[in-house]
Amino acid sequence: MARLMHAKIAEAEAHASQALTQDLEESVLFSVAPFDERAAESTGESNYSYWRSTLRAFRHNRLAMILLCLMLLIVLFTFIQPLLPNQYDPNLVTNGSNGLPLKNKQPSSEHLMGTNSIGQDLWARLWAGTRNSLFIGISVALIEALVGIVMGVLWGYVRQLDFLFTEIYNVLDNIPTTIILILVSFILKPGMGTIIFALSVTGWIGMARFVRNQVLIIRDRDYNVASRCLGAGTWRVITRNLLPYLVSVIMLRMALSIPGAIGSEVFITYIGLGLPASIPSLGNLINEGRKLMMSPNLRYQLIYPTIILSVVTVSFYIVGNAFSDAADPKNHM
Amino acid sequence: MAKYLAKRLLRSVLTLMVILSIVFVLVRQMPIDGYFPNFEKLSEEQIQNGLHQMGMDRPLIAQLLSFFGDLLHGNLGISRIYRTNVPVTEILGPKIPVSVRLGVFSLLLSMIVGLPMGTMMARHKNGLFDHIGTGFIVLIEAVPAAVYYLFIQIYGTDLLHVSMLYDASRPETMILPVVSMALGNIAYYAMWLRRYMVDESNKDYVMLARIKGCGENRIMFRHIFRNAFVPMAQYLPTSFLNTVIGSIYIESLYSIPGMGGLLVDVIKRQDNAMIQAIVLLYASVGVIGLLLGDLLMVFLDPRISFSKKGGDR
Repeated sequence: MARLMHAKIAEAEAHASQALTQDLEESVLFSVAPFDERAAESTGESNYSYWRSTLRAFRHNRLAMILLCLMLLIVLFTFIQPLLPNQYDPNLVTNGSNGLPLKNKQPSSEHLMGTNSIGQDLWARLWAGTRNSLFIGISVALIEALVGIVMGVLWGYVRQLDFLFTEIYNVLDNIPTTIILILVSFILKPGMGTIIFALSVTGWIGMARFVRNQVLIIRDRDYNVASRCLGAGTWRVITRNLLPYLVSVIMLRMALSIPGAIGSEVFITYIGLGLPASIPSLGNLINEGRKLMMSPNLRYQLIYPTIILSVVTVSFYIVGNAFSDAADPKNHM
Repeated sequence: MAKYLAKRLLRSVLTLMVILSIVFVLVRQMPIDGYFPNFEKLSEEQIQNGLHQMGMDRPLIAQLLSFFGDLLHGNLGISRIYRTNVPVTEILGPKIPVSVRLGVFSLLLSMIVGLPMGTMMARHKNGLFDHIGTGFIVLIEAVPAAVYYLFIQIYGTDLLHVSMLYDASRPETMILPVVSMALGNIAYYAMWLRRYMVDESNKDYVMLARIKGCGENRIMFRHIFRNAFVPMAQYLPTSFLNTVIGSIYIESLYSIPGMGGLLVDVIKRQDNAMIQAIVLLYASVGVIGLLLGDLLMVFLDPRISFSKKGGDR
């Protein structure tokens, strides 16, 4: 960057010295600008727009743009896939001509990704699973963000609450996450709601601590003190002064908690407390594949879900990081 | 210092008690039928009798108090289902060293690989090594561990010609679990060390060192590394203890008879005494890790003192 600027300055200097050596008349080099009263009276106005600049900075990141498109395509396709012709129901057991279920069929034109160990179409299950897993991930990220931001702002901004919240945090943070995940999935009935609840219960505390630390850093900056002196209420200071400043870091946390939640779902399924098999998800697809991994010619049942899972999680991770870089006004130049 | 430590320890003990109470109450919300293997066939009287034997017909508060009373005498209770009527400490005793050995190896590996990796990435910022390293970190951080562990197991065992499961008499079966466990820590150490080192290298004292004519290696290791390591030091004991206590996933994948797989197992079988003991162990590890982390930071960086950040935690 600096080197580029140097090159530009050198170029401009070269131009200038060239113009001067040509020995031109003063009237050619300088001309009197016409006086425009309205232009003279107009006040300066910046055309800086936060979101436009963010978008521009984001578009410069080629890799993130490609992954964002890929991500959107995947999300879109999970909805389009059931509408395409000749699709199977993800829970339908297909029977062969002899009336027995087609178990563990290799990928073919009939079943694009083969069938699983009880004869369900893997292609249909994969996309239904991706849709469910994404739904879990996005719901968890939204709940975490909502609860985490409210709690975090209160924790950081209201001094009287600091002690209480810190103690609560110390307790909750030291209960191993696994125990809470297991207990919640065990006490409540297995299902989407339970998984989302279990993951949000363990996730919001990290978000709250994160927001609290950010709020502590900027709470007593001069511009906030100025706002308070001018009579701005707590609500206004929080919503107009603090939160916009935190958009980029909060977005980053949210983007990262989506792959995190999808990964935790895989783990919960592995320990046997995940979704029932009638609700396919990437977690239980991978888990079904895992059981067959000893036989090399059935490994496709593990590898296909893994590929989709990896593409989704890596995309969210990279896009989230790129967006948070772009949303930081320091990178808008 | 001593006063601060005493206060801190006292608060840690209180925190532990609250954690244990919460888990204690949560565990007792689990369905009663889980306690009896043949629940449907039992009469109401037999169920009440069974509950009475477990002491579960008393009010929750009374149960909790007697639990803490036993705890004060060092009595963690007796396993009811996992191994019937064997004291919990006797069950946990032989399992802990297995997990600790695995954890120590994997931690050594992740330090030996992760710290130099982060340093090299910071040194050659935006170079080829940095890009490759970043790619590795993104993969490890983004792809769920549950997934790449599986692939390491499938293809690693083929590659090394070892059996899929752990065998205490054959040390080569430990290679894959140790490597799998280390990967996450390697990525974590490398990522943070790189970031802290890049932050540090823009500071004035680095420029001064450069002006004085220090070699680049000396600047990296004697100046930057020491400062960049301080914020990392805080998390080191926690990550050490977490690793040592065992990974649920890896231990059950390779059937390693350690602590890791135990927790899930006993929760599913509703062996309350075992659950409480393991939670106590895990939570203590978390609390001790925080304390050690702060101590280590004070030890490494003379500018940080307890009196200033006393109210921080």
